[in-house]
Amino acid sequence: MQTAIMIVANYPLYIRSVPTQGELKFHYTVHTSLDVVEEKISGVGKALADQRELYLGLLYPTEDYKVYGYMTNSKVKFVIVVDSSNTSLRDNEIRSMFRKLHNSFTDVMCNPFYNPGDPIQSKAFDSIVSTMMVQAF
Amino acid sequence: MSPAQWDLPPELCCRPVAFVALTGLDVVYNAIHRAIWDAFCANRRADRVPISFKVLPGDNEYPKCRTKRTSYEWYIPKGILKTGWMNKHLNLVPALVVLFYELDWDDPQWKEKQSECATKVEIVRTSLQGRNTKVAVVLIQKKTPLPPGEDLVASERASALCGACDLSGKSLFVLPHTDHLVGYIIRLENAFYEHAQTYYYNEIRRVKSHKEFLNKTTHQLLFVRHQFKMGFFSELKQDTQNALKYYRTAYSLVHELRAHETNMLEIKTMAGFINYKICRLCFQHNTPLDAIAQFRKHIDLCKKKIGSAELAFEHTAWMSKQFQSFGDLFDEAIKLGLTAIQTQNPGFYYQQAAYYAQERKQQVGQLCSHEPGVGYPAPDPLETTSGALDFYGQRPWRQGHQSIDPPDSEKEKQGILALQVKERDIPHSELIIALLSNAVAQFKKYKCPRMKSHLMVQMGEEYYHAKDYTKALKLLDYVMCDYRTERWWSLLTSILCTALKCSYLMGQVKDYITYSMELVGRASILPEEQKSRIEKNLIKVLMNEVPEPEPDCDPLSVKTAQSLWSDRISLAGSNEFTIEVQDYVPFVQCKAKFLSPSFHIDEPVQLHVYVRADCPHPVLYSKQCTTLFSVDVFELQEYNQYCLLEDASKGKDILEPSTQENMCLVPGKTRKYCFKFVAKTEDVGKKIEITSVGLMLGRETARYVYLNWRGGWGDAASSHETLQACRSFKKRTRFPEQQVDWDTVTIQSSLRIISRVPKISVQLTHEPPALTNEMYCMIVTIQSGEDTVAKDIKLTAGLKPGQDANLTQSTQITLNGTEVCDDSHPALLPDIPLGDLHPGQKIVKPLYIHCVSTGSRILLFHVAYSVSATVEGKDITCKCHKDETVTLETVVPFEVAMKFVSSQFEHLERVYVDIPFLLMMDILSASPWPIELVNSEVQLASSMNAIDQPQSQVEGVTLQTSECASECFLLKCPPVQNGTSTVASGHYIISWKRKSTFAETSVVRTIVTLPHVMVENIPLYVHAELPSFGRVRESLPVRYHLENRTGLVQDVEITVEPSDAFMFSGLKQVRMRILPGAEQEMLYNFYPLMAGYQVLPQLNINLLRFPNISNQLLRRFLPSRIFVKPQGRNGDTSIEAA
Repeated sequence: MQTAIMIVANYPLYIRSVPTQGELKFHYTVHTSLDVVEEKISGVGKALADQRELYLGLLYPTEDYKVYGYMTNSKVKFVIVVDSSNTSLRDNEIRSMFRKLHNSFTDVMCNPFYNPGDPIQSKAFDSIVSTMMVQAF
Repeated sequence: MSPAQWDLPPELCCRPVAFVALTGLDVVYNAIHRAIWDAFCANRRADRVPISFKVLPGDNEYPKCRTKRTSYEWYIPKGILKTGWMNKHLNLVPALVVLFYELDWDDPQWKEKQSECATKVEIVRTSLQGRNTKVAVVLIQKKTPLPPGEDLVASERASALCGACDLSGKSLFVLPHTDHLVGYIIRLENAFYEHAQTYYYNEIRRVKSHKEFLNKTTHQLLFVRHQFKMGFFSELKQDTQNALKYYRTAYSLVHELRAHETNMLEIKTMAGFINYKICRLCFQHNTPLDAIAQFRKHIDLCKKKIGSAELAFEHTAWMSKQFQSFGDLFDEAIKLGLTAIQTQNPGFYYQQAAYYAQERKQQVGQLCSHEPGVGYPAPDPLETTSGALDFYGQRPWRQGHQSIDPPDSEKEKQGILALQVKERDIPHSELIIALLSNAVAQFKKYKCPRMKSHLMVQMGEEYYHAKDYTKALKLLDYVMCDYRTERWWSLLTSILCTALKCSYLMGQVKDYITYSMELVGRASILPEEQKSRIEKNLIKVLMNEVPEPEPDCDPLSVKTAQSLWSDRISLAGSNEFTIEVQDYVPFVQCKAKFLSPSFHIDEPVQLHVYVRADCPHPVLYSKQCTTLFSVDVFELQEYNQYCLLEDASKGKDILEPSTQENMCLVPGKTRKYCFKFVAKTEDVGKKIEITSVGLMLGRETARYVYLNWRGGWGDAASSHETLQACRSFKKRTRFPEQQVDWDTVTIQSSLRIISRVPKISVQLTHEPPALTNEMYCMIVTIQSGEDTVAKDIKLTAGLKPGQDANLTQSTQITLNGTEVCDDSHPALLPDIPLGDLHPGQKIVKPLYIHCVSTGSRILLFHVAYSVSATVEGKDITCKCHKDETVTLETVVPFEVAMKFVSSQFEHLERVYVDIPFLLMMDILSASPWPIELVNSEVQLASSMNAIDQPQSQVEGVTLQTSECASECFLLKCPPVQNGTSTVASGHYIISWKRKSTFAETSVVRTIVTLPHVMVENIPLYVHAELPSFGRVRESLPVRYHLENRTGLVQDVEITVEPSDAFMFSGLKQVRMRILPGAEQEMLYNFYPLMAGYQVLPQLNINLLRFPNISNQLLRRFLPSRIFVKPQGRNGDTSIEAA
């Protein structure tokens, strides 16, 4: 089953996808999903900026994938792409995955040797993502 | 099979409306009939009933009605829906046939006409044999009919006609051919519509009635067919709600059919039709979510129904069509007012359609790549006897066949082969591109710029596959910059690779070089071996050789490309390209900086240019490359010659020796080039900017590329990198000698040439604050610290420009301190020539400033001179200047207070004619410096006279700070005209100067205007004559003088009031008369009783003629007190001792 996790600050910070050969397609999918993220946050910004839910939900429907989005307060976007045929993942599971990802991402950011905006090359983060992918998919 | 094979039939896509046939109208030759027909056809807007009309001849042949089946027991259906059925009911079988006949009620040949009409009706009936189609008759009449019931003949004849034609009364209409034709026509139409509705209602019931004869095993196809028909009839009846219901049932039934490879296409085709109908009706009912849900269900159900594996492309073609037609429906609904959102818009369906079209193309590549020998099978298995299929979605070679296995496996093979061969000729790329561009248009509308870019990339790639490289390149180039600015290197790399292939295949040298440079550089994520291959090709192009073809290109195209390239190579000229780097991320980076933001004119300007390459191969640059730097400096072309670096070094100004080794860029290493030049003296104060840095790759003899960094640094990616680098504190490792850390190189792309630092000192000596109106002396001392002669020293001194405009008028400056300035002197003395100054010498120059007003002002002392210097072996004349500013406060030197007092030193508010008074002046010094009062003088006005010669009493007095000098003058006023008047007194002139040891100062005359004073005539003047003091118990003679100052005889009453301190002798109360101008004397002897200041006995004077002159007023002229000394015991000496 095809899955990808991407951390994006308008440009990619971290990408992991299974299997790896179709990666380019994932890149395009995630890139295009940023359109929806932008639209969503611009809509929310008008109403209640501070009470904003970080989880953006299902971004857009495609025949083959479901694309979920999440945005941290520093406007870094997390995108999870799962195969549409994967019915085991409900909204709640995706939500908790994002939360886990966010926690781990925060740890990366707390690393004084990490320069915000650089690609993430943390082993700890890698292993968290790996376990998540194994568990979930 | 044409590409339109998968298109939905037009009769399915149109909105079904009732069909009514009109006969008996001669629209060609009969004007009246023509008008009637036009009224039916023209202006069929939405408010008219939905009917499609057709004029048919009376004996028109309608489709034959099959004999009604009484039993379905042995009937096996051959397919789901006949291809002609929908068209038949839309356009061939009318719901109503209307016969038009010209007949008036009072027609003379009524009988004959009636029977003719009946015959015509009969003909129509015969031609409709077996159909339930209704027949109606319309009589075209010339006369306007009477209201119903009044025309007895009419009603009688109408019933007769109905009887003759076998019509019900409701089917006979009258159409008077009068003015209100359209109105009648509309009424007729509505009546026809009712008939049509009844017809379709009956048809639905008829189809429904078949149901009881059907069984589930053999007649499955009929269930679907009947439901579809009922749906269609309902639509014709404009009952869309029921139509939707029937179609939904049909849809679920179609999926209940036993599906196998042979009938899969038929099922899918029908499912597609029904789905289309359902979605269309849902949009029509404004329930778009239902439409979308139905479509999703449809796709989910059909996605896996691929059918024959050899014809898999048919499935994808069908899928593509499903998405496309849904997209069309959606789009149409939006045009009619539906609002779509970003995540749910037609674009997604077009995109998906394109995706399936791409899939189809791929499958064609796999399934239809037959051996060259395999041709189109003969006889054509796709040929049918009628030229068309009987049932939708069936195979031409086995129509009507419903068993699981194909009847003839050989025929089946031939058929499949024929389909495959046909499929090969379909222009797939065109289809894909059309769908993609539809999707692009939609996503543009719904604010999805990235999705749009993605689709444009796909379009570009499709054009590439379709070998339309120009269009491909155009599209790719268009979106490339989006991905570049968004820093999606993975995507950019993939696009660049395609673009590179296109440019190679087209032999576009410049594009080829540009894309190669970017693919070799740091923005590309290609593996090293790929980069190295591209780099090698790039070098080949620069050496004017044909590059190796790109991998995975169409071999045929490669051949054409190679010949194109060799043509390009042999062609002379056009071998120079300039690439503006800021739009790309090439493999060479450059940073240029001046060592300092400003340089003095007497030091050389230093410029460092850093260059770094990210390509994999350093070797390639060893010999072939000539590197050339040039800096265009602020349009001052003359500097550029100093900033050239060529392999054959010419200029002496280049510090770094340039060798071949220097021209080579080693990957990952930063190379530094240093330049020095001396700025021209005219450019002092100007800004010098690096407009660009150019780097030439290649050789002038072959082909070269000129990389141009505008502003001296930066490409499309570097601003972000710089930001990241400055945030980061990693990589702060020390680099070995001559190596520079690229990230730490900062940019300084402009500098200002500033004048040489002056080596002179300017000192100001003065004693602030300045006093108003004085000639304030400031001494400027200029001392030279230069090594050579400072020539042409010029001093500009005065009020610093740019201050309050009033200051300019109230400040004057001069070199001459002996005279007081006037307004003709300027506030700023420019360019006072002071000659030359030898080293160590100094010039002292006194300046005088005249400040008319108080307050602070900024004074500027600007010394300019020129001096010659030697820089880098060049002699230049430098202009230097030094500015000194000083803030000068101006204060008033003193304040003058003046008052009029009486001779008793009492304050006077008014003075009296001919009565002397005193003018008192107080000069209070406010200056922090001592002031010497040189002289003072009163210039009296004509209305005042001095009693004695006024002489200055303060002459030569020196006042220290806050000391006060006073003087007074005794004055008198001559008589004035009428009673009282205000008169001017004159001026008080003080001549003074600052008492200073520092410089000789000139005398300043300050003129103070004396106040005006009120002068009054008085009728009686009283004054007393008495000693200056009295002594206890000694007689004190007091003489009062009373003068009459009027021309009248005055009666005066005088009383003396007793006092405790005095006894007195004299008249206590007297009344007397004083003649005009005469004076009366009164003598009293006062005898003081007490010592000290004693109040004299009060003299009350009462002027009987002038009651308004009060006693108080007159009494003011008299002393009220006197000092009484105590009585001495032993004569005067003891008193003086006391």
